[in-house]
Amino acid sequence: MMQPRHRFVLTVFVLMLALGVLAACSPSAPTQAPAPSAPAGQQPAGQQPAAPAKAGATTIRYALWDSNQQPAYQQCVDAFQKKNPNITVKIEQAGWGDYWSSIQTGMVSGTAPDVFTNHLAKYPEFAQKGQLVDIEPLVKRDNVPTNIYVGQLAELWSREGKRYGLPKDWDTVAIVYNADMLKKANIDPATIKDWTWNAQDGGTFGQAIAKLSIDSKGNDGTSPNFDPKNVTQYGFIHQGSGGFAGQTQWSMFAVSNGFKFIDAPWSKKYYYDDPKLAETMAWYYSLVKKGFAPPLADVKSLGGGTLFQSGKGAMTTDGSWTINDYLNNSKFQVGFGLLPKGPNGRKSMFNGLADSIWVGSKNQDAAWQWVKFAASPECADLVGATGVVFPAIKSGVDKSLAFRKSKNVDVSAFTEEGLDNNVTFLFPITDNGAQISNIMDPLMDSIMLGQAEPAAALKDANAKVNALFK
Amino acid sequence: MSTDTDVMRGPGARTRPAWLNQWLKGETLLAWLFILPSLIGFITFYAVPAIRGLLISFTNWDMLRPAQNVGLANYQQLLADDQFWHALRVTSYYVLLNIPLQTIVAIGLAVMMDRLTKSLVVRGILVLPWLLPPVVVALIWLWILDPTLGIANQALRAIGVPRQDFLGGVVQAMPSIALINNWQYTGYTALLIFAGLQTIPKDVYEAGAIDGAGETRMFWSITLPLLRPVLVFVLVTTVIGSFQIFDTIAITTKGGPIDATRVINWYIYEVAFARFQMGYATALAVALFVILLIVTILQMRFLQSGQSDLA
Repeated sequence: MMQPRHRFVLTVFVLMLALGVLAACSPSAPTQAPAPSAPAGQQPAGQQPAAPAKAGATTIRYALWDSNQQPAYQQCVDAFQKKNPNITVKIEQAGWGDYWSSIQTGMVSGTAPDVFTNHLAKYPEFAQKGQLVDIEPLVKRDNVPTNIYVGQLAELWSREGKRYGLPKDWDTVAIVYNADMLKKANIDPATIKDWTWNAQDGGTFGQAIAKLSIDSKGNDGTSPNFDPKNVTQYGFIHQGSGGFAGQTQWSMFAVSNGFKFIDAPWSKKYYYDDPKLAETMAWYYSLVKKGFAPPLADVKSLGGGTLFQSGKGAMTTDGSWTINDYLNNSKFQVGFGLLPKGPNGRKSMFNGLADSIWVGSKNQDAAWQWVKFAASPECADLVGATGVVFPAIKSGVDKSLAFRKSKNVDVSAFTEEGLDNNVTFLFPITDNGAQISNIMDPLMDSIMLGQAEPAAALKDANAKVNALFK
Repeated sequence: MSTDTDVMRGPGARTRPAWLNQWLKGETLLAWLFILPSLIGFITFYAVPAIRGLLISFTNWDMLRPAQNVGLANYQQLLADDQFWHALRVTSYYVLLNIPLQTIVAIGLAVMMDRLTKSLVVRGILVLPWLLPPVVVALIWLWILDPTLGIANQALRAIGVPRQDFLGGVVQAMPSIALINNWQYTGYTALLIFAGLQTIPKDVYEAGAIDGAGETRMFWSITLPLLRPVLVFVLVTTVIGSFQIFDTIAITTKGGPIDATRVINWYIYEVAFARFQMGYATALAVALFVILLIVTILQMRFLQSGQSDLA
């Protein structure tokens, strides 16, 4: 008597539960993108209805992801507001993990910030989808010099005559070392600049790593008795598997070994199948296998930086934006050294951030004023003086070095690399960044977990990556 | 869906005046009034978005550019997508790890609650993990199971077991997640089964005792058969819940290491909010919906949810 009804109720209930899957995926925003301004920023900023500049105060929202940089940019904001009393800049900070999805969903719902810090791996997609204002006409109109920036920073942000951002900083990668551990192993930090590296035996860099690895019985990595299962001090702490760019992980080794990601910015072909990269990855993983570097699981859970700062290892490689992090959180003396020279010389990835204006911004004129200021020598000097990053303009870099010097810290490894065009290579900038990362991230993990043979796996992945461009 | 067409025929077969009578008596009206609040919620937050989702699955919408109709292209892509099939395998593996263990332990706990203790405190403690927000649970376990700092490895080392990777290892990640979720949800499942146990008349047990049956025999011959309708409900809901596992993975492994824990819901999330392929993501969600529907119908058929041995 109750049975059929009981079954019906259950069925409905189950349907409701299952329907939740679908509902969760369906956004509440309208299917049509709100962007009324279809082609990116064709309207000259002067004609914007953003005229309230006259009427009263304009507030623009500015987003960045690095909380370390927020105080430095707040100084720029203060200086900017003093010059432009009718514009208020509100900084919004969100961690890297949430930053990009919140920007994109903000664009869909019409609530994205007016100006946001952009990344080379991310901006091509935004530009392609018509979400970034082309600032080239504004640069021309206001005669903003684009040759004041270090290296090719400014060019990275332009494509086919359009420009999507003005550079504000740059970064390189260097060796970070625990000075106490080097001293104990009788390694003079002054010799770091002469270290060599190759994919076969790691060169003198590899020897230093072995010497700095110590097991629970006190044997170091050069001893035949070294026990890789009971390591108390790693010679080298890697920063994870590095995904598609390996910026602070493997890119410097691979490129110094003769590998290149792509031929030039905006290429449609990757070379992940290059045996030079496979060799490099095999060496990189061999460190873990030999017990000279921590297993990937440890680095994933705590992060390579934290492992290093807690005294688990003697050296790591990291980007210049982390200098403060290492200096402030290590209980020992930290030093920064040049990357080793590979068969093709010393190489470091060179990357930079820029500020972009969202097409949906209602105050594009004010937004442009802010972007212009944030990329100006004045702001560069303010940011440089805090030492938190290297500004995109040389004078700011000098300020940053001076600040470090006053604290008795030598960070010249980063700048020496950054200002030498023979050392730097560019972040691989192409379309399809998100999908490439989707292919390469798990793949590099599997290499670092010893689950995949680098040469075959990279060949296979490269075919998938290049298929994205067809 | 023959199950509900049977039911649909029910009211239609009745004579109209009786139906009208009920209306006039106001009972049906009252019933609808009671249902109304949740019906509004259901339509606004479930039905409408779900139908919109279905429609989006036929487009290539990327959130920012206007959507174009692509017909069944997303579904064709899905059939050829290795990652989709991998996600399904991983999800099924999780369900297989999770459901049998959780159900068995929950039945054990429920029987113990019913037959051995009447203490409210003990019963309360069993459901305590379920009261914690899943994100908090995942975070706590993430720390406990941390390969370097976690207390689990410290404890293992103390008894001479070598270091385990737990969530960081390809082989151990999924079992670790299954255990975390078991820890969290078994108490709740036990509570549902415990409620089911209350519906079994005590005189059946008395009869069993008079016939000389022991505790074990009574469990197999009385408790389990009479518990079946409740068990079906528990199984259906927990299986659906397991197929939709997301929060624990989002906090602990994010689909890794490699793709060992990239379950279907995490894959959908990645496609939707990292790759912004909304059309394809909704197609994946529709596929999951269909799969769950089939699994549920099969479960209900095989376990004869409609009949109780008590009747």
